[in-house]
Amino acid sequence: MAGERAPVVRFIGVSRHFGSLRAVDDVSLDIADGEFFSMLGPSGSGKTTCLRLIAGFDRPTSGRILLHGLDAERLPPFERDVNTVFQDYALFPHMTVEENVAYGLAIRNVPRAERRRRAGEMLELVRLPEVASRRPGQLSGGQRQRVALARALVNRPRVLLLDEPLGALDLKLRQQMQIELKAIQERLAITFVYVTHDQEEALAMSDRLAVFREGRVDQVGTPAEVYERPATPFVADFVGTSNLIEGRLAERLAGSPAPCTIRPEKIRIVAAAAPVAGGDGAVDGTIRDVVYLGSHTRYRVEVGEGVVLVVVELNRATTAVDAHAARGRPVRLAWAREHLRPVGGR
Amino acid sequence: MRSTRRSPGRAAATFLFLRPRLALGLLLAPPLAWLGAVYLGSLASLVVQSFFHLDGFTGQVIRKFTFATWRDLMTPANFDIALRTATMAAAVTVAAALLAFPLAYYMARYASPAVKAVLMVGVLLPLWSSYLVRVYSWKLILAKEGVFAWFVGQAGLTWLLERVLALPVIGGPSLSVSSLGTFLAFLYVWLPYMILPIEAALQRVPRSLVEASADLGARPAQTFRRVTLPLALPGVIAGSIFTFSLTLGDFVVPSVLGNSSLFIGQAVLAHQGTAGNIPLAAAFTVIPMAIMGAYLLFARRLGAFDAL
Repeated sequence: MAGERAPVVRFIGVSRHFGSLRAVDDVSLDIADGEFFSMLGPSGSGKTTCLRLIAGFDRPTSGRILLHGLDAERLPPFERDVNTVFQDYALFPHMTVEENVAYGLAIRNVPRAERRRRAGEMLELVRLPEVASRRPGQLSGGQRQRVALARALVNRPRVLLLDEPLGALDLKLRQQMQIELKAIQERLAITFVYVTHDQEEALAMSDRLAVFREGRVDQVGTPAEVYERPATPFVADFVGTSNLIEGRLAERLAGSPAPCTIRPEKIRIVAAAAPVAGGDGAVDGTIRDVVYLGSHTRYRVEVGEGVVLVVVELNRATTAVDAHAARGRPVRLAWAREHLRPVGGR
Repeated sequence: MRSTRRSPGRAAATFLFLRPRLALGLLLAPPLAWLGAVYLGSLASLVVQSFFHLDGFTGQVIRKFTFATWRDLMTPANFDIALRTATMAAAVTVAAALLAFPLAYYMARYASPAVKAVLMVGVLLPLWSSYLVRVYSWKLILAKEGVFAWFVGQAGLTWLLERVLALPVIGGPSLSVSSLGTFLAFLYVWLPYMILPIEAALQRVPRSLVEASADLGARPAQTFRRVTLPLALPGVIAGSIFTFSLTLGDFVVPSVLGNSSLFIGQAVLAHQGTAGNIPLAAAFTVIPMAIMGAYLLFARRLGAFDAL
């Protein structure tokens, strides 16, 4: 999907500095037409600033941004074929839901009848046709989120920017909206640029994602690439959880002191001194801590030299009682060798 | 378990915590008593007084219900006074809103905290000095040989000032004895009361609303008309209530800077103080109240309070 068509958004060495703070620092990115692209990172990592640069609310200190192949340098937000779903929804409190959704059409002097029809269609799309005459203040958080989405889609933008749109919703609603957003994106075939700090969300929805750290992009790739082959220790740790293995232990387990990582779910807990298959790696340790999480259990296993590895196991036959009884038990940890991966420096 | 600690203060706090209605009642009683008895009571007495009548021979107020005072009020001369005052109040209000909005917008949106503090002090500073002193300084500034005329002369625009002063209604022998001068002084003394509520209203409009409007294709002028202004309107209305009613009731500025034509405030003062005709003064005072009431209804019809 990526790279085949001309990029709809292109960052070329873009920086945005606020005084001495490098909010965005020399970022180069291509976002392909029609893809679901996520910008993932902790707060303050520059992802929202990048979104604002695309929308035109802010301008880069240096570097160039191309929108649909054209330099966006001198384009104000109202001249860009890009619409935004704001983190706080930014619905106009003095207008009805329908007026909010139709706002972009009213600005373009679309006749009233057509405005109503298209606003109705959009509310239909987000499954909220019944609230058209209400005020935003009378809606729940989830409903406001949908109205904000309908309003941003009504102009049929080629790129839709979403700034942590699900951040304020509870878990169940968030998961449902993830599925709906993805479905809407596929149905309308427009590019979504999705800012989130929730790695699970980014993995679940994206065609590709960029992982931001301190204003820079650590890695760009498909969810599988980023998860399976993290480019930096930061990516390994931020996307999912990961065990970072360095120094003497790395030398013992991987044969070289270069840092490497292994995912908690790739590690098996077997009985102490159990035989290990030829291609597998193994290390002995003691279970120090057990967190029972319903569907799975997280163990913290001390493997000597003060190093603790996190291991996650599905509770297929394990009960809470079994899990907690394992505390303090000496065990052997085993894994298929290809799951222990070296990570790039930085 | 802290039940062992039992000070009287804690006991009272617990007592009130368990009786929220009583607590609310205790908090609201003083302001409601003030508003009810002192404020509404005196307004009601004012309206009642306007239906009494002054006996022209004895100079006594006759406390019997009559429309005689209202009939006295309905003279062309008094109508002129009411119209002159209301027109001045409207002009001052519109001008104050036009002057205040850009400054309030800058303070609410762009000014850094330090700059904003300086501007805020700048807006409020005049209120720290005596109102009378400030009005009399305008008299000096606008006088024929005053600073303003000197500046106009230096700029070679004396002919323009004379042309303006020659205009009917707003002009006069000099700025200090003209409707235009009265207008300028009113605008100066009431401007802070317009800036502050507009600034407060704009402060509450999130920046993201303005961005969302631009994002959806609105040019700045469209965003202002469709988003910023409607949301700031309650502040503009609040400010206009101040400037409008303060102008309606003032008697100092027109007596210091005006010509011989009276404003409502001066008429009230003359009737009540000099002539002792309290019923007529009361009836005159009802006029600004009626105008304000009509204005607020009109503002509500416009949807000024929809965003509240």
